[in-house]
Amino acid sequence: MAELRYAEALHAALLGEMRRDPSVVVFGEDVGVYGGVFKVTRDMQAEFGPERVRDTPISEQVIAGMAVGASMMGLKPVAEIMYIDFLPLCLDQLLNQASVLPFVWGDQVTLPFVLRTQGGAGAGAGAQHSKSLEAMVAHIPGIKVVMPATPADAKGLLAAAIRDPNPVVFIEHKFLYNTRGPVPDGEHLVEIGKAAIARPGGDVTIVASSRMVLESLKAAEALATEGISAEVVDIRTLRPLDAATIVESVRRTHRCVVVNEGWRFGGYGAELAATIGEFAFGWLDAPVARLGALDMPVPYSQPLELATIPDAARIAAAARDAVRAGHG
Amino acid sequence: MQNAPSLDMQAELYRKMQVVRLLEEAIGRLHKEGRTRGPIHRCDGQEAVGIGATAALEREDIVTSTHRGHAHYVGKGVDTGRLMAEIMGRATGTCRGRGGHMLVADREVGLLGGCGIVGGALPVAVGQALAFQVRRQPNVVLAFYGDGAAQIGACHEALNAAALWKLPLVFLCEHNLYGLTVHARAQSSVADLASRAVGYGIPGEIVDGNDVLAVHAATARAAQRARRGEGPTLIEAKTYRLLGFSTSDVGGYQPPEEVAAWRPRDPIPNMAAHLVAELGAERVAALDADAAAEVEHAVAFALESPLPGIGELDAGEYVKGAA
Repeated sequence: MAELRYAEALHAALLGEMRRDPSVVVFGEDVGVYGGVFKVTRDMQAEFGPERVRDTPISEQVIAGMAVGASMMGLKPVAEIMYIDFLPLCLDQLLNQASVLPFVWGDQVTLPFVLRTQGGAGAGAGAQHSKSLEAMVAHIPGIKVVMPATPADAKGLLAAAIRDPNPVVFIEHKFLYNTRGPVPDGEHLVEIGKAAIARPGGDVTIVASSRMVLESLKAAEALATEGISAEVVDIRTLRPLDAATIVESVRRTHRCVVVNEGWRFGGYGAELAATIGEFAFGWLDAPVARLGALDMPVPYSQPLELATIPDAARIAAAARDAVRAGHG
Repeated sequence: MQNAPSLDMQAELYRKMQVVRLLEEAIGRLHKEGRTRGPIHRCDGQEAVGIGATAALEREDIVTSTHRGHAHYVGKGVDTGRLMAEIMGRATGTCRGRGGHMLVADREVGLLGGCGIVGGALPVAVGQALAFQVRRQPNVVLAFYGDGAAQIGACHEALNAAALWKLPLVFLCEHNLYGLTVHARAQSSVADLASRAVGYGIPGEIVDGNDVLAVHAATARAAQRARRGEGPTLIEAKTYRLLGFSTSDVGGYQPPEEVAAWRPRDPIPNMAAHLVAELGAERVAALDADAAAEVEHAVAFALESPLPGIGELDAGEYVKGAA
């Protein structure tokens, strides 16, 4: 087990799958000669050539459409959309083609492609390069949506996504690329659709994804010093959601905070809160607390930017309130 | 004419155009009787484009179609009974009634496939052609689109990418003068959309879209070029939509004199006259009778086919197993 950065873990998964399966091809903006703006495809064009690791024009509709068309004809594309903020440019291909064709064409095609992208605020990239749009994609049937929080999951989920016969939108986080963690050597697969208990606890469940898992773990650390035992559930896959793991946890702790970096209104947290309401209502001692980004564009200036997204302090405060409400 | 099809093949092109026309007329009748669902986009007057172009392909070549695809479907070889059943939402349809007339696909004959989003299939066609190129398959993709789709951003992205990588792709712009109800002169800065090929560094060719042999010849040249690895061609087939946008169109925007001017250019009677001269009236009458019988059989097959059971919906949203 090596200690790898999240970006290196993604690179290892991609390298392993490309060596294993010649039908895996990579394309997107700056992924070839430059190796990707976050260096996930570093040196791959040198090993596999420009046909399998292809720089594309700045043409998001074609990048996504190529993934749809090439996957129905026997390739396994791993396409990259550099920022999730650019994903709306290719939304037609996801909503009207990838989601639709396998079903409406009567099971005559499968679309085994992965669309890698990244989101998240905090880097001063401004309103058009900092959003968290996972709820927009997780709304679409027929597409799987994966958001790894750790280097080990980054490797295992990307390899699993490439082997999956369905379209998978694989959402990374710009602040996670440099985080380090233990990653199994060699082939490592993590099942899509399974949540993980990132930290066990008994007083309150914090359900989070992507970088918010790390903030939730910090919050749990702080809460522990106050005598509050928080369980952190890393959902890892947003669609299909592992509701069972979440519900089981909430039925044990009786309190829940859901946290996502995307906009709160109509966001993924609403789906989580509704799921908990449907299946754990009778076990709840407090309303489900729902944290998300402020419903506004991400501002550029640092104090403004950081104030728009949830962090460990706000997560801890929400958990504390839930526990107190539960005692009241 | 270079590579002119044999008279037998010309007869078959004529028969297929007639099948499409009779199918469209049958759909019109069924619609009036309330036996079809949703808007249906008929291609009356444009049959020569779809039938002529698809006849230049091999079975393993792929066609992407549009919302107005009946001639593409029939041309590529979809069984007319299963096609009609799909249009009628029957379990025996090519897509088991899930797609409807805009979303017909039939992998067996290389139709992948219909698309109800204007221009939406063009990026998909780029991916299909990319797969042929990467896998060293000697096949081509024929992507139909209209003068309406020519104005959408995806069309530019697809043309540029296909030209850049010399993909085995034929862009066939079916210019019928109208994007929904709006005339092309109110939608496009140029009258001749083939002129845009210059901007991509690929050949652009204007062809009489009402001449099935001319469409066939142009597509055959473009497909050969694509198979040789020389990249895409943009063919603009000038044609005319004799009827409205769809079965729900109330009309009023196609000037009667414009329709009257195009009526004598209807590809079917013109091809019939040509074949009467070459093969005799009796042979042409037999082709007409054969087409009528095929359509009659297709409609009967569709009407007697069952509707899908709602158990169809239980399969779940994902494909299981490994890719």
